[in-house]
Amino acid sequence: MARRESGEINAGSMADIAFLLLIFFLVTTTMDKDNGIMRQLPPPTPDDYVPPPVRERDVFKVLANANDQLLVEGNLMEIENLGDAVKQFYTNPEASEDLPQLQWMRKTDVQNNLDIAKANLRQAPNDNEARKNVKKWENKLKAVELLGDYQTLPGSAIISMQNNRGTSYNLYVQVQNELSVALNELRDELSLEKFSVKFSDLDPKNEQDKPKIIAIRQVYPQRVSEAEARSTGGG
Amino acid sequence: MPKFKNKKDKGSAEISTASLPDIIFMLLFFFMVTTVMRETPLKVKIDLPSATETIRLEDRSLLDYIYVGKPFDERFGTLEQIQLNDQFAELADIQTYVMNRRSEREARGEEAMIPSVTTVLKIDEGTKMGIISDIKSELREVQALKLNYSTLVRNE
Repeated sequence: MARRESGEINAGSMADIAFLLLIFFLVTTTMDKDNGIMRQLPPPTPDDYVPPPVRERDVFKVLANANDQLLVEGNLMEIENLGDAVKQFYTNPEASEDLPQLQWMRKTDVQNNLDIAKANLRQAPNDNEARKNVKKWENKLKAVELLGDYQTLPGSAIISMQNNRGTSYNLYVQVQNELSVALNELRDELSLEKFSVKFSDLDPKNEQDKPKIIAIRQVYPQRVSEAEARSTGGG
Repeated sequence: MPKFKNKKDKGSAEISTASLPDIIFMLLFFFMVTTVMRETPLKVKIDLPSATETIRLEDRSLLDYIYVGKPFDERFGTLEQIQLNDQFAELADIQTYVMNRRSEREARGEEAMIPSVTTVLKIDEGTKMGIISDIKSELREVQALKLNYSTLVRNE
């Protein structure tokens, strides 16, 4: 008679356990993803394109030379002070003549403009510009409803960075970063005041937060223009 | 019949090793997942600049990469070079590269995703802006307008 051996442990389910653990790690481990600063390039312009005239006060000029020095609105500036200058540009607290004149967005005006835009769209239902215009005023109306009447930059106001071909990429990224820092701080301030939550903590995937994000973006729009490098000046 | 039984015979049953391959596979998978694989071998040296206001890029299938830096191998030159996929490229190749990537996506039936494709610029911080502006105007020509300046994350 054969000797009775203790039964072997069934290893059939081992694979299942292993897979379970595997899936657990797959879900919980985050891969080291790429980080970076997002920017949108302007669409290509036809050769005969003439840029619309802009008022000097509506352009926030940042010039960088080949020695990585900054000239902001005509003054030599260190990068640490750039943020404050950008905030001045967005808010123009002293109603200065050199900074853009802020426009009041009032509910009745916005409503009127929206009606006009809608009427235009009805006349030309296939016009993309007209559709964009309706969308723009709809967003502004939402902003006014959420935030009350507000002041914002005129549509022609832009932040323009022009760099020399010899400017270093590091300086370029630092300037872009400072511009974003200033804008995000302004947005955070407004969001804290109106919704008692930071703008950066609003979740774009949350249905309740979405209109808030759109509204704050209306007040402090991203206005960085990506101008092409020039070879003049300290080249 | 032996008179004395071997003591070892009485010991507990051997541990089954049937699950060992599973455990090994598990470890293997774990390391596969946590190790960041570089899609393409780099031929240029890239020290990324650092920034605070960064956005994390999520979907790798919607990213095109352009690398700019000085070649590791000095035989390829000591000035900044552009790398697309796994080889050095000229400025004029960028448009073809973007177009190729687009037709690959179309072949996979992802036409709808094309407008949300981001071009990730992985550029050495010491690079001069001249070459970068040239790259940007090439990208504008082919309507690849969403850019990401790849940076390291710095905490203030």
